[in-house]
Amino acid sequence: MQGTIDSQTTAITADHGHEHPDFRVLGLLVFLISESLMFGGLFAAYLLLRGMHAQWPPEGTEVELLVPTINTLLLLSSSFVIHYGDVAIKRDDVRSMRKWYWITAAMGAVFLGGQVYEYLTLGYGLRTNVFANCFYVMTGFHGLHVFVGILLILGVIWRSRRPGHYSAQKHTGVTMAEIYWHFVDVIWIILFTLLYILTRF
Amino acid sequence: MAQAQLPLETPLSLPGHPKAWKWYDYFTFNVDHKVIGIQYLVTAFIFYLIGGLMAVAMRTELATADSDFLNPNLYNAFMTNHGTIMIFFWVVPAAIGGFGNYLVPLMIGARDMAFPRLNALAFWLNPPAGALLLASFLFGGAQAGWTAYPPLSTITATTAQSMWILAIVLVGTSSILGAVNFIVTIWKMKVPSMRWNQLPLFCWAMLATSLLALVSTPVLAVGLILLLFDINFGTSFYRPDAGGNVIIYQHLFWFYSHPAVYLMILPIFGIMSEVIPVHARKPIFGYQAIAYSSLAICCVGLFVWVHHMFTSGTPPWMRMFFTISTLIVAVPTGVKIFSWVATLWGGKIRLNSAMLFAIGLLSMFVLGGLSGVTLGTAPVDIHVHDTYYVVAHFHYVLFGGSVFGLYAGIYHWFPKITGRLLDERLGILHFVLTFIGTNLTFLPMHELGLKGMPRRVAMYDPQFEPINFICTIGAFVLAFSIIPFLINVLWSWNKGKIAGDNPWGGLSLEWTTSSPPPIENWEVLPVVTKGPYDYGIEQRKGSTNENEEE
Amino acid sequence: MGFSGRFGTMEQIPAPIWTLTAGIVVTLISFWVGQHHGLLPEQASEQAPLVDNFFNIMLTIGTALFLVVQGAILLFVIRYRRRPGDEGDGLPIEENLPLEVFWTAIPALIVIFLGIYSVDIFQRMGGLNPGDHTLHTMHTPEQAVAVVAEAPSKTTSDATALLAAAPTPEIGIGASPDVQGKAPDVVVDVTGMQYAWIFTYPDSGIVSGELHIPVGKDVQLNLSARDVIHSFWVPQFRLKQDAIPGVPTELRFKATKVGTYPVICAELCGGYHGAMRTQVIVHTPEDFEAWRTQNQVTATAPVISSLSDRHIEEIGVTPQLVAQVEAMTHHHSPDKL
Repeated sequence: MQGTIDSQTTAITADHGHEHPDFRVLGLLVFLISESLMFGGLFAAYLLLRGMHAQWPPEGTEVELLVPTINTLLLLSSSFVIHYGDVAIKRDDVRSMRKWYWITAAMGAVFLGGQVYEYLTLGYGLRTNVFANCFYVMTGFHGLHVFVGILLILGVIWRSRRPGHYSAQKHTGVTMAEIYWHFVDVIWIILFTLLYILTRF
Repeated sequence: MAQAQLPLETPLSLPGHPKAWKWYDYFTFNVDHKVIGIQYLVTAFIFYLIGGLMAVAMRTELATADSDFLNPNLYNAFMTNHGTIMIFFWVVPAAIGGFGNYLVPLMIGARDMAFPRLNALAFWLNPPAGALLLASFLFGGAQAGWTAYPPLSTITATTAQSMWILAIVLVGTSSILGAVNFIVTIWKMKVPSMRWNQLPLFCWAMLATSLLALVSTPVLAVGLILLLFDINFGTSFYRPDAGGNVIIYQHLFWFYSHPAVYLMILPIFGIMSEVIPVHARKPIFGYQAIAYSSLAICCVGLFVWVHHMFTSGTPPWMRMFFTISTLIVAVPTGVKIFSWVATLWGGKIRLNSAMLFAIGLLSMFVLGGLSGVTLGTAPVDIHVHDTYYVVAHFHYVLFGGSVFGLYAGIYHWFPKITGRLLDERLGILHFVLTFIGTNLTFLPMHELGLKGMPRRVAMYDPQFEPINFICTIGAFVLAFSIIPFLINVLWSWNKGKIAGDNPWGGLSLEWTTSSPPPIENWEVLPVVTKGPYDYGIEQRKGSTNENEEE
Repeated sequence: MGFSGRFGTMEQIPAPIWTLTAGIVVTLISFWVGQHHGLLPEQASEQAPLVDNFFNIMLTIGTALFLVVQGAILLFVIRYRRRPGDEGDGLPIEENLPLEVFWTAIPALIVIFLGIYSVDIFQRMGGLNPGDHTLHTMHTPEQAVAVVAEAPSKTTSDATALLAAAPTPEIGIGASPDVQGKAPDVVVDVTGMQYAWIFTYPDSGIVSGELHIPVGKDVQLNLSARDVIHSFWVPQFRLKQDAIPGVPTELRFKATKVGTYPVICAELCGGYHGAMRTQVIVHTPEDFEAWRTQNQVTATAPVISSLSDRHIEEIGVTPQLVAQVEAMTHHHSPDKL
C-alpha cells in the first residue's frame, strides 16, 4: 500500500480532525484569474475590432469624459476606503470596519448611478455601431461586477451585526470582499483607458 | 436535503451524520465529493446515451448518399447536439466532474474537496443546462454545429441557438468552479506525509486540466455572450455588414475549444497512468516525464488554436506559427505514450476489462495522434480541413481515446465505488464489440476525407456510398456494444461479487479505505510511506512476501 | 526501441539481429505504404504534388511509428501476460534516462523537420504570398466598361466606382514563386451563397454556375460570400479556402490536367450544405476560348445546374432566385468595408 493505516504506527501522526484550514481567499484568487481572462477576452475582441476600423470610434460617436472621470476617481478612492475597513478589522474594530464598508458600498452605488446617468444621456445606444456595442457590453459587464461587489460588502456588513462574527483573527469574509473590490477597480482602470482615454487619441 | 442545511463552516463534521448515504441522497444537494462524483458519472452517462442515439440516427441517414431518412435541418440539429453533448455533457463532466471528484480527495488522503458546497453547486448547474439543451429541440435545435460560427448561427434557428448558448455558458461556469476547487484541493489538501513526487499521476493530470479550464473557459463564455447579443439584442460584433467581424468569434471560440480537447484527454491520460501500473504490476515508467508532460501539454496547448482556422481568414504568418506550435504538442504526448508502453515491458499483465480498455486506448490513440500531426501542418490541413479525415481523427482521439479511458476507469474503480466487481465475461464482450465497432466506424472515414467527402453533410457524392455503409455498420456495432455494459453495471451494482477493499492490489491511497469508502473516507487518515506505483520494489529488495498486497 | 535483450524468447538468436530484422521490415513496409496507399484523389493542380509528397512523407514516418508502437504493445501484452497462479509483481523499473531522452529527442527532431518542411511546401504552394498581385489586377477602365456592357441596368459610373472599391484579398493561397509579381492569366470572382457557387469573369462579364478554366494557366479566384461562411474546395487541386462575408480571400493556382472535378462547399452553411456542389471544368486553352466566346454572347448559364432536381425542389430554388443571382453579380460586394 502507498499508505498504511496500521493504527499502531500511525496513532501518533494520524489526523483525527475533520476540519481543514480555510482556503477561501486562495479560492477567490484562483477564481479571479478566470475572471481576468473573461475581461481579457472582451478586451482582445475590442482591440481586434478597433484595429479593423480606420476611424474609431466611428464618426458622430462622441465619448463623454466628465462624468466617467469623476466616476473613476470615486471608484479609485473607494479602494482606499475599503482598505481602511480591512485595517480596522485587523485592529478588532468592527464598528470602524462597518463604517468604512458602508462608505465603500455607497461610493459603489454612486458609481453605478453615474453609469446609469451616462447611459441615459449619451448620444448613442447599444445598437448604434460596433463601438457602441463594445461600450455598453463592456461597461455593463463591469457594472454587473460592481453590483456583485456591493452585494458582497453588504453581506459582510449584515453578518458583522452579530458580535464576534468577525474579529482580528477571523475575518476571511471581510478580506474576500476587499480583494474582489480591488479587482473590480483594476478592471475599471483598464476599461477606462481603453474605452475613454484611448478613443481620444 | 439534510446536508444543505448544515452550518456553513463545517458541513461534514457534525456528530451523528449518517454512516452511509441512502439512494435518495444522490438526488439532493449533497456536498460529499463521492456523491457528487457519482452524480456526475451517472448524469453524464445518460447524456452519452442520448448523444449516441443522435449519432446512430445520423449514421443511418448517411448509409445512403441521398437525404432520405432525416430532414436535413434535423440532421444538422442532431450533428450539432451530438457534438455538444459528447463534449460538454459526457466526456468533460464524466472525466473531470465524475472521476476527478470521486478520486482526487481519495488519492491525496483528504476527507473532501476544498469547497464542498461549491462543488455541489457546480454539479447542479449541469442538469438545468442539459434540460435547456434538450428543450431547444422544441425550437428546432441549434443547427450551426458545435462550433456555432456566425453568421450561420445568427440566422438559423435562433431561439434554439440562444438556448444552446445559455446551456454552454452554464456548464462553462460549472467547469470554472470545478477548476478552482481542484486547483486548491490538490495544491493544499494533500495529506501532510505525501510529497509532490508521491502525488498520483491522475492528480497531476487533474491539476493541468484545471489550469487549462480556468484560463480558457472564460474566453469561450465571452465569445458566446457576444454571439447571444448579436442574435437577440441587435448588436453587430460578428456582423460584417455593420462593422463586425466573423473571424473574431473563431479566435475566441478556438482559444477555448482547442484546450477543450486537452480537457477531454488529460484526465484520461491520468486514468491511464493509474490503470496500467496496477494491472501490469509494475511501477509507472517515467513518473516525472509523465507528470511534467501534462503541464507541458497544458502550456503549449494554449497556443495552438489557429490550426482549426488554417483555411479561414488567417494570414500566412499565423498559419506557419501555429503549424509549428501544433507540431510541438506531439512531443510531450509521444513521451506519455512511450512511457505507458514501456510500463508494459517486463510486467505481469492482467488482461482484465480495465486493462483491455487501457491497452485499446493506447493502440488507437497512436493512430489519432499521428493523424493529428498531419492535420497540424497547414499544407495538408488545407486539403483535409472540414472533411471526414478530421472526423476520423477526432473520433480516434475522443472515442478511441477519451471514451475508452472512461470505460477503463469505470472497470477499474467500479469495485471501489460500489464495493462490487463487474462481471469479467460481459466486460470482455463489451471491449471486443467496442473495439471492433470503433475501428469499423472510424477507420474508413480517413479515406472518405482524403478522397473528397466534406463533414457535416446530410447528403453526399454517391461514389462514397460503399465506404459510408461500412461506417454505418460500425456505428450499429458500437450502439449494440453498450448493451452488455449496461447489463453488467446494473446487475453488478446490486448482485455482483463483493470486491473487498483492494481487489486489484493497488498502492494508491484510495485502496486503503473500504469499498465503498465511508462518508469521510477514512476513520484515521492514512500516512504515506511509499510511492503510489512502487510495485515489485519490496520484492526486489527480497524483504517481503510477494502476496502481501492481495 | 531497445526493449530486446536478455529476455528474448529465442535466447539462441542474439537480440540485435531481431531488432535489425524488425527495423528493416518496418522501414520497407512504411516506404511501401507511403507510396502506394492510394488514399488521395488524382492530382490536377501544381499544388497537388507538393501536398501529396508531404503527406506521403508524413504517412511513411507515421506508419513506421505506428508499427513500432503497435508491435511493441502486442509483443509486450503477449509476452508479459500474467500466467495463471502467478500473483507476483513485475520488474520494478521506474525510469531509464537514456531511453527517455531518446524518445523525446527523436520525435522532437521529426517535428522540427516537419515544421521546417511544411513552411517550405507552403511557400512553394504560394501560401506565403496572398495579395501579391495587388498592383497587377486592378481592373483597367476598358475591362470595367466591358463588364458594364453586360449590365444594362446599371450606369457606367456606378459600376466603375464599385469595381474600383472592390477590396483586395490578402488571405488565402497567392502567387507561387514562379509567377510571383506577375498578373494572373485568368481572374474569376467566386461568390458563395446558400447553396450555390456563382462564378463571374470580370473581364468578359460571363456569369456561370460552373467554373471553367484553361489548363496550365495561372488562375486567380477572388472568393467572397453573401450570407454565411462557405469554403471553396476542389479535392483534386488540394486547395481549400473559406469564402467569408466581409473578408475577401483568394486562391491562385494552375490546373495541370484537363478534366471535370467537383467543387465542394466544405464549411457548414445550413441544411443543404451537403448539396452545395458544382464542378470545375479544366479546358484546353482552345476549348476555353471557344467556351468564352460562346458564353459572352448568351451571357446566361445554368446557375444551379449542380443540384439534383429533388434538392432544387426542397431548397426552393426558384426563377426569382436565379434572377437574384443574376442581379447580384452586377453589384457584388457593394457594402463591404
